[in-house]
Amino acid sequence: MILGFAKRWSVTSYVVAAILTLPLVAIVIQTAAPDESIFPHLLNTVLPTYVLNTLLLMLSVCFWATAIAIPAAWLVARCDFPGRRVFQWALLLPLAMPAYVVAYVYTDLLDYAGPIQRGLRHLFNWQSPQDYFFPDIRTLAGASVILALVLFPYIYLLARTAFLEQSSSLQHAARVMGCGPWRSFWRLSLPMARPALAVGAALVAMETVADFATVSYFSVPTLTTAVYDTWLEYGSLSAAAKLSAIMLFVVFGIIGIERFARRRQKLFQKHTELNDGDRYTLSKTQGYLALGYCFGLLLLAFLLPFMILMGYGWQYFEVSWNGNFLNYAVNSLYIAVLVSIITVCIAVLLMFVRRCSPRKADKLPSRFASTGYALPGTVLAIGVLVPLTYLDFVINDIYAYFDALGPGLILSGSIFVLLFGFSVRFVAIAIGSVETSYKRMSPTLDMAAMTMGLKPKILLWRVHLPLLRKGIFAGLLLVFIESMKELPAALLLRPVGFENLATYVYQFVSDEQLEHGALAAIVIVLVGLIPLIYLNRSLEHRS
Amino acid sequence: MKFVKSLAFLGLACFATVVSAAETLTVYSYRQAFLIEPILADFTKETGVKVDVVFSKNGIAERLAREGRLSPADLILTSDFSRLMELVDKELVQPVNSKTLSDNIPHALRSPQDDWYALTKRVRNIYSSKDRIGPIAIDYEELADPKFKGKICTRSGKHPYNISLVASMIAHHGEQETKIWLEGVKANLARKPQGNDRAQVKAVKEGLCDIAIGNSYYLGKMLQDPNQVSWAEAVNINFPNQENRGSHINVSGMALAKHSPHKENAIKLMEYLSSDAAQKAYAEVNMEYPVKLNVAPSKLVASWGEFKADELPIYKLAEYHKVAVKLLDEVKFDL
Repeated sequence: MILGFAKRWSVTSYVVAAILTLPLVAIVIQTAAPDESIFPHLLNTVLPTYVLNTLLLMLSVCFWATAIAIPAAWLVARCDFPGRRVFQWALLLPLAMPAYVVAYVYTDLLDYAGPIQRGLRHLFNWQSPQDYFFPDIRTLAGASVILALVLFPYIYLLARTAFLEQSSSLQHAARVMGCGPWRSFWRLSLPMARPALAVGAALVAMETVADFATVSYFSVPTLTTAVYDTWLEYGSLSAAAKLSAIMLFVVFGIIGIERFARRRQKLFQKHTELNDGDRYTLSKTQGYLALGYCFGLLLLAFLLPFMILMGYGWQYFEVSWNGNFLNYAVNSLYIAVLVSIITVCIAVLLMFVRRCSPRKADKLPSRFASTGYALPGTVLAIGVLVPLTYLDFVINDIYAYFDALGPGLILSGSIFVLLFGFSVRFVAIAIGSVETSYKRMSPTLDMAAMTMGLKPKILLWRVHLPLLRKGIFAGLLLVFIESMKELPAALLLRPVGFENLATYVYQFVSDEQLEHGALAAIVIVLVGLIPLIYLNRSLEHRS
Repeated sequence: MKFVKSLAFLGLACFATVVSAAETLTVYSYRQAFLIEPILADFTKETGVKVDVVFSKNGIAERLAREGRLSPADLILTSDFSRLMELVDKELVQPVNSKTLSDNIPHALRSPQDDWYALTKRVRNIYSSKDRIGPIAIDYEELADPKFKGKICTRSGKHPYNISLVASMIAHHGEQETKIWLEGVKANLARKPQGNDRAQVKAVKEGLCDIAIGNSYYLGKMLQDPNQVSWAEAVNINFPNQENRGSHINVSGMALAKHSPHKENAIKLMEYLSSDAAQKAYAEVNMEYPVKLNVAPSKLVASWGEFKADELPIYKLAEYHKVAVKLLDEVKFDL
């Protein structure tokens, strides 16, 4: 777009992307090592089922999450009904809940020995599972519904922002032409929100593929399960790396198909805000239906699991209370704040270069940088440790060369490794958010700026950043919340003596004693809530 | 400028964690930190040496291998012998010649080369419903008997505890026979393998199955928890194979990291963990069987009675670990 875009911008973006891709490269290199024919063995036995499970799970989670998120986002953004103001932020609350906690609560609640089935048996005097039918929660279907409940806010958030940012003049035009709410939704809002929905669905798909703790509660083995098995039980990192490579292909395939499908679709809007008067007023019945829908969703995805958590916390208060929470919470906060700032800065840089550079090849860095998200946290951790420990050895060898005592593992044994690992994993979220905002920004803006002789740096500061404000905020806060909850990478990468809320809770969850870690889990949720509410306010703020 | 300053500060903060770690012992633990922390606190009280624990269920061996000679790890704790073997195989540990350790820990429960030591024993038991079955004399082999069709519950076959059990079956019966046995067990399952050992006992209480496979100490743990005591009271604990080779036991254990920066203190800690006080604490807190002969199990554990343990040296099982996983895949045990 910009003629004469200085080379150093491209170089910087390539360097940043290369650093972020290091873990992936480390893993790919591992695939070259011999794997003692574990791979053919898996192929002949369990792998086909795992692959099928992965694909089915990913598709059904995306389907359910989109299906429940779109109506909620549309209602909240474009209609007026009782409670709308509360729901517009409350529906983000499920984001604050770690998926494995929700999975724990629901499997506990709904399986054969759980209180619901026990109650039913007691009530109807059923004696054995043969006496009645109850859907089995620990199935692929069960897992996809629960995961969709946990993950739908990604799509909800991006879709709502898209609906809110859709120009009201377009909507006015549609109304003048006689479009009712339904038609304007199907023909205008939905197609225009498609980039946002696609980004949201891609995030959901990647979360699903990378998930391990949740599917293992549901006893639904997926490719991630296979990665763990081959790595930990067969002791073959190279076979595990090969499986990770397959997973990446799956994810890239899906993202690629989606991008191909809308390659000619470009949606630019002037940045106009929605006024309250632009919302559709629903009839009384419609209003209550809308209220019922949003409340039901909130109840299932957040209120119920949270109340159960509070119950555990109350019941087991004596055993689980210790004064370390504050300490763990500060650690969690510290990492989450830094990681969200780092990832958003990277996202803005990469997307800016992608948008403005005249060179085609400059579109690549942002794509490569996003790959870390699809890696299961444990695999990613290995990928992160390989290059960092290598560097540590180089540093220590240099010290040794000068007969000095080396600093030890200053990269892989300090907080740096956590920051790096988390950034690799979550930069995709930041890129996604910034990208959605960019997509709605017309290139004519850049052209106008250029005709006025603005340098790229000024263009970024004075024109783009103010317009990207919402995307940046959304990115910051999503990454923040994810970092608060992230577990597998934290477990493996955290330096000695560093404990945060997620790793602390996991000690108990891993032994299926969430009850004892419930208080810490509540703190994770509460700490996540504040930024969520703030996120919403910033999105709401009309200025 | 401010930005540069804060970056520099961040860098310093990173260094600080490294430096402070140098004055304390570092334990990499596959066992949950909350299980061992009270014992470590006593050690600190006694010796003044602080202990930092990094808990992880997975990947500790991998991390140690990467960190190599720069690793801060002094001691590694595991909840399963196959993890100990993995550490030995990958040459991540070093032998410890300590008279205290060899006096405290019986021969069959430590490495012949002194590169690992067991800390506690846990028995793979068979629980039976008090109402529907009552206490029974049972062998692991009988789990494949069609008389138990639709009556057995277990956690994932891929869990280390079950892998070890399968490995011991291979050691005694060979690969082919074990595969047939696994198919038989799978055919008898009341539901897809899921949950942990606790969840199996709960399922027995609810009538979903009559028999469950589980480690002994879970029963003790449940009896201590007012909300779970009713599950535990619904089952009898049975020690399998008492008429022949004895029950399969697994061990939790410890090994000295190959590049331990504080070797002397680390050995002190190892010796402490094998001492009467720590073994007693282990027994009381975790409801496991102490390895030290003169330390009695907790009253509750002792009330379950004496039992005969499989005398096959534990390190022999390690040879069959991978074969066991392969068989579990072949019969699609978890699917």
